[in-house]
Amino acid sequence: MKKDGVKIIKTTTWSPGPGCHGGCGILVHVKDNKVIKVEGDPDHPWNQGRLCSRCLSMTQYMYHKDRLRKPLKRVGERGEGKFEEISWEEAFDLIEEKMKKIRDDYGPESVIFHQGTGRDIGGWISMLAYAFGSPNWMFGLSGISCYTPRLMMMSITQGDFAVVDASQWLEKRYDDPEYKIPETVIIWGQNLPATCPDGFFGHWYVDLMKRGTELIVIDPRCTWIASRAKIWLQLRPGTDAALALGFIHVMIKENLINMDFIEKWTNSPHLVRTDGKIPVFLKEKDIREDGSDLNFVAHDAISGDFMIWDTTAQAYDKTGVKASMDGAFNITLANGSKASVKTVWTLYKENAEQYTPKKVEDITWVPAEKIRQAARMYAKAKPGALHWGLPIDTIPSTVPTSQALNHLWCLTGNLDIPGGNAIARYAFDVVTYPYHSGGAILSLPPEVMNKRIGIHDYGCIKDFRAWAQPDKVLEQIFSGSPYPIKGMWIQTANPIACTGMEPQKWHKAIKKLDFTVCVDLFMTPTAMLCDVILPAATFLEKDSLKAWWVPLNAIKKVVDVEECKSDIEINLELCKRFMKDFPFPNTRVLFDSLLKSAGITYQELCDNTWMLPPEGHPSKPYLRYERGLLRPDKKQGFRTPSGKIELFSSWLEKWGLDPMPYHEEPPYSHISTPDLFKDYPLILATGRRMGPFFHSEHRQIPWLREQQKEPVLEIHPDTARKYGIEHGEKVCVENWLGKITVKALVTPVIHPNVVMAEHGWWFPEKEGREPSLFGVWDVNVNQLIPMGHEGKAGLGAPIKSMLCKVYKAKG
Amino acid sequence: MTEYGMLIDYEYCTGCKTCEIACKQEYERPAGKVGGVEVTEFVHTLPNDKLFITNIPHFTRACVFCAGRVKQGLTPACVKHCMARVLTFGKIEDLVKLIPEKRKAILWTKG
Repeated sequence: MKKDGVKIIKTTTWSPGPGCHGGCGILVHVKDNKVIKVEGDPDHPWNQGRLCSRCLSMTQYMYHKDRLRKPLKRVGERGEGKFEEISWEEAFDLIEEKMKKIRDDYGPESVIFHQGTGRDIGGWISMLAYAFGSPNWMFGLSGISCYTPRLMMMSITQGDFAVVDASQWLEKRYDDPEYKIPETVIIWGQNLPATCPDGFFGHWYVDLMKRGTELIVIDPRCTWIASRAKIWLQLRPGTDAALALGFIHVMIKENLINMDFIEKWTNSPHLVRTDGKIPVFLKEKDIREDGSDLNFVAHDAISGDFMIWDTTAQAYDKTGVKASMDGAFNITLANGSKASVKTVWTLYKENAEQYTPKKVEDITWVPAEKIRQAARMYAKAKPGALHWGLPIDTIPSTVPTSQALNHLWCLTGNLDIPGGNAIARYAFDVVTYPYHSGGAILSLPPEVMNKRIGIHDYGCIKDFRAWAQPDKVLEQIFSGSPYPIKGMWIQTANPIACTGMEPQKWHKAIKKLDFTVCVDLFMTPTAMLCDVILPAATFLEKDSLKAWWVPLNAIKKVVDVEECKSDIEINLELCKRFMKDFPFPNTRVLFDSLLKSAGITYQELCDNTWMLPPEGHPSKPYLRYERGLLRPDKKQGFRTPSGKIELFSSWLEKWGLDPMPYHEEPPYSHISTPDLFKDYPLILATGRRMGPFFHSEHRQIPWLREQQKEPVLEIHPDTARKYGIEHGEKVCVENWLGKITVKALVTPVIHPNVVMAEHGWWFPEKEGREPSLFGVWDVNVNQLIPMGHEGKAGLGAPIKSMLCKVYKAKG
Repeated sequence: MTEYGMLIDYEYCTGCKTCEIACKQEYERPAGKVGGVEVTEFVHTLPNDKLFITNIPHFTRACVFCAGRVKQGLTPACVKHCMARVLTFGKIEDLVKLIPEKRKAILWTKG
């Protein structure tokens, strides 16, 4: 397309630029090799022509005067802000020399490869780490508290991930006759119009509301979407598991669950031994000498005999049977001794029985009657869907919480149906960003992977996702045990301002290392501490591809901005230097190889820009568990150890964790730490989304920054009055770990016992050199949140439920 | 353009301010200067103590109804990019007909 010398190019968004998890189809207007305007692509099924303010600001972002344009080498002391421009060749040579020296002296595992949130990086940074030989690929948020806990829990419960079906798999979207508008959606802990998380476009909910979807919103804050909900539940932060168990209690008691689905597709009839200290599955090997450890046992209601659930055959070893759903039995074991057993379903009901609405009200502050109403409204909806947010990850009890929430859509049979929670796979099985331990571009031998930090501490770190555990990494940087950490490659991350809890410690840690590299687009508080800084390209300056659920999208290079290079090209060049026989000579060969499962080349993908998987493909809904599309053996069911949805989890049992959901009190609260609570009587929550900014980005973009000049603390009018705080004045937020000073936003939207602080703030316009680091220490709320308080599974952290006090700032 | 107007279906405005930036991009207006549209948020505690948040996009004297775009058969930049699709541009007589089907709407005209 050409008009007045303006070329219009179709491509797809993904960080860097808007910063977000991307997916929007756009039309880029280019004149004289410069982007002059960005608009939404009306033909793209994802955003259908719309585009948010961050993407519409791309011209200010790309051509910003402060953008890094050339590689920089530190020439002064760390943090002194003295850098010298060098060529790419010099930068690559220097990095190669320094990192190879660490590899030779200490081993490749001594370098950490540190990334931020779900940007276009996971595939490329793991490729670089593995080409270098380090198993320590890391996302630096304490407890890997961003989607990984929920992904892990879905993966072990139902064998696959799932997201709400807002018709994103269908080209005609809401108008497709196959689609059903959800009657009710629970939005659990997310301010959707301000965010597009987890492969989902937030404003799809507005589309659904206009088409009749009713909402239940669970949030300590009354967001815009909460104010539009039929039922809004204002819960105490960090008590989500109790609330979900309260729902389950009501649904079971009032018979609002889908018993046909539960009987057919869950492991509810499998037997669990109840005579030991903790309940454990009864396996075939327990009752037969030559029995398998992989097969489960059930009770036949017809004959009264026990029978084997053969996980290979995905069938009972007898025909004409009906598995007992309920019951407690005595069984003779292979060694002749007796054991008492119960069905999973009996145990599950006993567990849920404890969570009466009254008890749950006491834990969560949500009135019992509202819990009943919400449980009924969700369970009766056909279809009903459940959308969950980051607060489910950013609590130490994330595992039982994610599990209970996952069960809600399973107990109601809303899994993989139109308008329910649809199973989400990478479109065409193309993996650009591996969310579990498989799918990386390169691999390392098991003896090297065995050195990954955290692998011996936590079962799910070992078995689920290939990341190093960040709390353990930080500990090891200081302890040097079991091996020293000497280098860090930081790409798409700003731990000093954003992902690092207790950034004081990350600051010391980064400065302690022998060699650090930061790849970014602007100078940041983190980059200021590093030895080499490489200028990265925005998504409009690079070729890439995206398959975060659907569609499969091409990201096409539209222009160059001076010497900026894409993360992929940077990493590919270094891979060649670090690894003999690195198999990909250029990005085209790499992309073609990633696209093999789609049966197309990168050029063909670019020609199409986006592609939806066809009917019958395992990455296309619906009801794939009935159609044998989920398991490698093509049998019906799920990719779990039993082949069923596991209400009592084999994996959690294996990892020594409680196999069923339960409430765990937040580590700091009036109950857990009453003495601290006396001095710090308010719950400090952080991490709410800010429309104009993505995490710590965009503070230097004029159109975005003018929407909000400085960080705020949301505080309820009653609480503000109690502490003599006026709207708009500076307040100190303080606890035993640290203190920040921000502006009070006095608003009734927040619970009186909770204050909400914004994360990710620093001031690009302020002094960058130490000790200022762009003013980050004045405002970074993470200084009040500890590292090393990850949940029992190594996942989750107390980011939503710390304690603090608030008082008027002096002067 | 006096026969044209903007119908604002404000019930669904989420306050994302995309319209403001779309306008600024279209006319290359610097930050700090008002564009053709601004969004204001109201947090109301209703008489029954229920909290209710309303966002209202309102147009300024700087709004030209994107005459240049409209001439090319395009919609105004704010209408095109509105994330919640709450803006409808058209002839006043046509917009008036749409009001009964809107739950809550404001019709803005330039006079």
